[in-house]
Order: sequence, then structure tokens, then C-alpha cells
Amino acid sequence: MKVERSVRVEDKLFCNRYLVDTGRPHIKVRAHTRPSPQLLALLKACPARCYELNDKGQIEVTVDGCMECGTCRVIGEPTGDIEWSYPRGGYGVLFKFG
Amino acid sequence: MIEESFDAIVVGAGMAGNAAALTMAKKGMKVLQLERGEYAGSKNVQGAILYADMLEKLIPEFREDAPLERHLVEQRFWIMDDRSHVGLHYRSEDFNEERANRYTIIRAQFDRWFSAKVREAGATVLCETTVTDLAQDAYGRVIGVRTDRQDGEIHADVVVLAEGVNGLLGTRARLRERPKTNKVALAVKEMHFLPRETIEARFNLSGDEGVVIEAAGTISGGMTGMGFIYANKECISVGIGCLVADFQRTGKTPYELLDRFKRHPSVAPLIEGSEVKEYSAHLIPEGGYKAIPQLYGDGWVVVGDAAQLNNAIHREGSNLAMTSGRIAAEAIFQVKSRRLAMTKENLALYKRMLDRSFVLKDMKKYKDMPRLMHTNSQNFFLTYPQLISKAMQTYLRVDGTPKSEKQKSTLKSFVNARSWIGLFGDAFRFARAWR
Repeated sequence: MKVERSVRVEDKLFCNRYLVDTGRPHIKVRAHTRPSPQLLALLKACPARCYELNDKGQIEVTVDGCMECGTCRVIGEPTGDIEWSYPRGGYGVLFKFG
Repeated sequence: MIEESFDAIVVGAGMAGNAAALTMAKKGMKVLQLERGEYAGSKNVQGAILYADMLEKLIPEFREDAPLERHLVEQRFWIMDDRSHVGLHYRSEDFNEERANRYTIIRAQFDRWFSAKVREAGATVLCETTVTDLAQDAYGRVIGVRTDRQDGEIHADVVVLAEGVNGLLGTRARLRERPKTNKVALAVKEMHFLPRETIEARFNLSGDEGVVIEAAGTISGGMTGMGFIYANKECISVGIGCLVADFQRTGKTPYELLDRFKRHPSVAPLIEGSEVKEYSAHLIPEGGYKAIPQLYGDGWVVVGDAAQLNNAIHREGSNLAMTSGRIAAEAIFQVKSRRLAMTKENLALYKRMLDRSFVLKDMKKYKDMPRLMHTNSQNFFLTYPQLISKAMQTYLRVDGTPKSEKQKSTLKSFVNARSWIGLFGDAFRFARAWR
């Protein structure tokens, strides 16, 4: 599965302000050998491209650029594929304009 | 742990939460408001248009110091295909009134101002505090909240859940369902900065006049969705949103969709040369009337986006949020002043008052619209925009073809694409859902 790379999401996220809560990710992916269709959908649906496929073909999440929209929660939480919380108070994305 | 107990705890400092906290504090209630962002507004995303009437009911003199961008004198609706748009523009000098009806705003700035008013009214506002759970007694009655700040609970007679579309507390406590993929849209937005004069020249504006553009068509790639362009003082908000279920089904990426919208020949010249200073994403409740959850219970009420109160057809959400927050607060105050308990039975007053307001009347009017749009997205967002564009072009191009032939070929293209039964069916279903 190839993720659309023509738009550099990293560049978009670069202009945002974040306070990353290092070592305390607010989203966790359940351990799996092969990703479910819901997990695969997150590769594309996440607007911050937080989800990526690793060398072993499993889905990993890096929450540093997360905008806390909840899209992955709506898709992935019902099946138990991910665990979703909000970051600790004050941490995470800090919109200047919103 | 905060030892004191409050009359009410408001979770969230968005439009609904601020309206509720302000209303209760003004009436002399002891209110605690909790917000997980560094400041009110730092987690909030909206297009954003502010409807003056609903704010005036809370803060009559808001125009004196609220951070407003532009008052709207013009509204454009665009039906787009890949190379063109058919537009309906309404512009009126009447909108250049002293007490303007609609403004563009920047939420992070507006919410900070709104939150200051809440504090001035006497509420205790605690930012950088994420509420992790609702505290319930053995009978399931909500008696307060638990936060990530200290161990222990904070107690109140009633908790106002203004936690937004992606609120976790209500779902964790099993008071309402988690939003479903076909009931919420994901919108992405960028803030494009340009000199004031450039924006005014490009949008045909002078002074603080503003314009908004709502756009639908092939820009959403057959998904149920809309794009928008709002002129602010020194920046332009450009965004697009589609149902999460459609993103999941099609595998299209939100950022690619936004970039395609920005590259459209009708959009690109408006934002050319701009500097993007923020990229944001947010869910929007799209389920309509039928998706509204139970709005009250023992010791709690839910308001705003968390209650799915959004009128997708008229692009109204923040005003429904403000109004539901205010009405919930007024209902709570009535229950309190009658010295009654905050039970489900007594808080039903909130629903009765909301039923009588425009909020639930408007929501009810369009109760069939979400399903119609969601089940016919290919027709409404792909086929018709293409047909309409082609019809306009055929009509406008002067090439020696007799007009009767042009009309015949246009009609034929509609019938070929949708069949007579399909056309009448779509028109009938649309009219019925609109009625």
C-alpha cells in the first residue's frame, strides 16, 4: 500500500505549534501481526499522516503532529484497533488561529 | 484536589461551554469551567463565521471589544466542476449596517476574548486541565468530574458537557454513543496570509467588508462534502470537509483534497502568493436531527457539538452551540432557583426549552437531508455539477448551433446521466427533505 506523497504534510504541520508530551502518546495502536482494514484506512484518512506502515507490515502511530481531530478514533476505536485519549492538559497542538 | 463543591462544572471552553458558563456565572451561580488547552481556543477549530444575534443575547455590547474580522456583505455559493464554477452571489448594501448580522472570526482569538468575559462574570476557569472521567455515584448519577491534574474528584450539582464533537466523557460514561463515521465530517483548513489591500482587491471589498464562499461539486471527488473560502482582515481561511465514512471508503487523503481545491482555477488566483501560517483539522457533526443523543440525565446535560447540534445545510454550528449552552444554563438556573434537585426529570426542562427554540426546530426541518446527501453523494457532488457546468458552457458558447439543438442536447445529457425517473426522483426527494 502506497501513501499519497505528492503533498508534503510535514511541511503543513511545520507551521503549527505543538507542545509534545514526550514519552506519553495519547493514542496507542493495538499489537497486531496484520493490520485490519480500519487500521489501513488510517494511513490515508489521518490529516496529519500520523500513521505509517513499518518494515514488518504493521501500522505504527507517531502522535507528535496530531491535531486531535478524532478521525482515527471514529474509525479505529470501535474495532479496538486503537486506544484514544486526549493529551494531558496543556500538551498537544496549540492553535494560534484555529 | 479541589475541596470545594460547585453549583455547576462546565467541561470545555468553546462556544457552547463559554455560553453556558457565562450565563450561569452572571446569575450568581458558583461555576467551575475546565479546559484542556493552554488557553481557551487553543484546541478549537472553525471556518469561521460568527452570527451576531446569538452572541448579542449573551453579550449585548460585544461589538465594542470582541476580536471580529470582517462583517459579511456578500455570500457566494459555487457549484464546481474541475475547471469551472457556476455561482450564486448575493451582495447587499443592507449588510453594511451598524449592528452587522454576520462576521468572520478567528476562533483562537475570539475564544480567548469570550473566556475573559466568562471570568469577569465570576466563573472559575481552569485551563491546561483535561477531564478524564465523569464521577458517578452508585446509582449512575453524575456527581462531578475527575481530571488529570490531581487525584480525586471535583463535585458539582450538575455537569455541563460542552466537550465538542469528539467528546470522550459522555461516551466513556455510556451516556451517549461515540460518533459514527457516517455522522461526522473531517474538515481540513489552512490560514493564508496576504496584505489587507490584496484581499480587499481580490474579493471586491472595502474597509471591514467581508465575503464568504461555500463550494460544492467535483472538488470533493464524489464524496459528501463542501469547500469554503472566508475572507478575514489579513488572511483567508480555505478549507474542505467530507464525511469520514467517505474518506474511509475512497482512500482519498484530506490534504490532497485541500490542495486540489486550492489549485482549482477559480480558487488559485484568490490565494496566490499567500503565506500559510496554520494547518488545522476538525470533525463536524453531520448526522442532523436523528443523530442527536439523549440531551440530559441525572446530574448532567450535553450542549453544542457534543450534542450533534449542527445545521449542515445552512452551515450553522457555533450559534446552535452558543444557544444550547445558554438555554441549558437558563434551565439549570430555573431548577436551582426552585430548589429542586438536578435529576433527569427536572433537567428535562432543558430539552423542552430547546424544542421551543430555533435550534431544534431547524434541526428537525432538515431531518431527512443527511441521509439523502449521504446516499446520493455521487449524483449530488459529481454528476449534477458536471451536467450543470456543461449546460452553462453550451448555453454561453456562441458557435452557430441553433438554440433548440443546444437545449435538446443539454436535456439529453441530463436524461442520459440520470434517466427521467432518476431526475424526478432526485428532485422529489430533495424537495421533500428541504420542505
